[in-house]
Amino acid sequence: MIDYWPLIGIVLVVAGFAFRLNPMLVVTASAIVTGLIAGMGPVEVISTFGKAFNDNRIIAIVWIVLPVIGLLERYGLQQRAAAVIRSLRMATAGRLLILYLLYRQLTAAIGLHSTAGHPQTVRPLVAPMALAAAEKQHGELTEADVEEVKAQAAATDNVGLFFGEDIFFAIGSIVLIQATLATYGYDLAPLELALWAIPTAIAAFVIHGFRLLMLDRRLGRRLGS
Amino acid sequence: MIGLAALYVLAGIMFAAFAVLSTLDGSHPKRFGNAAFWGLMALSLLGGDLIGDLGNGLLVLALAGLAGFGFIGRSTPATTGLEEREASSQRLGNRLFLPALIIPVTALLGTLAYNYTPLGETGLIEPKRETYVFLGLGVLLAIGAMFAWLRPPALAPLQEGRRLIDAIGWAAVLPQMLASLGVLFAAAGIGDAIGALTRMVIPDGSVFLTVVVFGLGMAIFTMVMGNAFAAFPVMAAAIGVPLLIQQYGGDPAVVGAIGMLAGFCGTLMTPMAANFNLVPAALLELKDQYGVIRAQVATSLPLLAINIGLIYVAAFR
Repeated sequence: MIDYWPLIGIVLVVAGFAFRLNPMLVVTASAIVTGLIAGMGPVEVISTFGKAFNDNRIIAIVWIVLPVIGLLERYGLQQRAAAVIRSLRMATAGRLLILYLLYRQLTAAIGLHSTAGHPQTVRPLVAPMALAAAEKQHGELTEADVEEVKAQAAATDNVGLFFGEDIFFAIGSIVLIQATLATYGYDLAPLELALWAIPTAIAAFVIHGFRLLMLDRRLGRRLGS
Repeated sequence: MIGLAALYVLAGIMFAAFAVLSTLDGSHPKRFGNAAFWGLMALSLLGGDLIGDLGNGLLVLALAGLAGFGFIGRSTPATTGLEEREASSQRLGNRLFLPALIIPVTALLGTLAYNYTPLGETGLIEPKRETYVFLGLGVLLAIGAMFAWLRPPALAPLQEGRRLIDAIGWAAVLPQMLASLGVLFAAAGIGDAIGALTRMVIPDGSVFLTVVVFGLGMAIFTMVMGNAFAAFPVMAAAIGVPLLIQQYGGDPAVVGAIGMLAGFCGTLMTPMAANFNLVPAALLELKDQYGVIRAQVATSLPLLAINIGLIYVAAFR
């Protein structure tokens, strides 16, 4: 008999995010409730949560780049990135982001997915470059336009990463697929799985690239240039 | 051997410095809250293996309490103004990109050297963690190069780093919290419950509808868990293997590879994937914390439809 009660933990998380409560509290509350429903004692729940947090410290390592990024900003890196874009006649926000999408997909496909990312490349370079390109083309941007261009810069990084990395056969998700299917007796080569990531990678490039071109047109229409 | 342990120490020292500098920041209205928050992160990174599971659990509760009840906030350490930055950017020119490239280039060349030269066999670097090790090395090299070239004040890297980490705030810790929540979800058997629910909605005998439920299930369960890795084993066990592969004879490579990618479409649409969706919103100082998700939905949904179509066409050719 399957126990459906732990699903309350999911309901709590969804409701918490929907009502925009502080996610740190939502996650903690859901973890405690889920653990208690599953029959753990309070101390056991907190210990399990703490052990998992400690086991996942690798996630915190990426922040060591912040002092470098902050130092570069101090000397005007964002302004420099914007100046370079202003000097390129053909640059638009959409075209620039398409180029970054391609770069991100290709580097992720050869296993270099951790060499770019939101703290390392999007905040210091990609977002200011996209904003400069949009301003150069359309003049002063409204606050909503700035939001949209910045959000698309972050979105482009994600799309490029997600639909590039699986072409690299030695990545966690490929290993997981292979290991999972192997337990059912299907022994697949990682390369075989990686090849089947290519059609989706192309589709992602086409769809997101088209949306980025539409971003250029939309900015142009809204600003009447 | 240089590996994760060394990187935890490096990051831990950095967070400890953030805590100390927060305490000393008289202009910061929430300086003690910030000091406690980053101090606890430093404790976790430097001493997480010494304080026991319960100690770590209490540490996490304290982090959640400090963040959730408004005890932390942004800081304004002394930095350069917009005009100074514009002037500095013109003065230094494109050479300013060189230190910015040190981190990615070190990570890139280091990873390649580790995998294709005898460096990998020396045992100096922890296997599978080489990119992280070279990332850390790149950080140190970049800071060294900038000190040699531009001679910033001694505390500048730490103060500038604190300015950025305070702008990100609790979103910097949330991904780790969510990963921990996933562990509790798994321990409580949420995967089994979702798998059983999904099987209930599958119509008998229709390959196409089974593929649709598999693809949607991957995306939705990924949205719930924040991570396709957690969803894949569950959906494979519930639908992928017993129905698509065994009953209908689908190609396991297609079902596995593209099924995972259908899950990635879900990752683009959920706040549970905080490090991809909420952290950049904080990092780019967006007004709407769900702004990045909003920007992704119109890419994710058509791509999900294409993935479902690809499984149907390619797995049953």
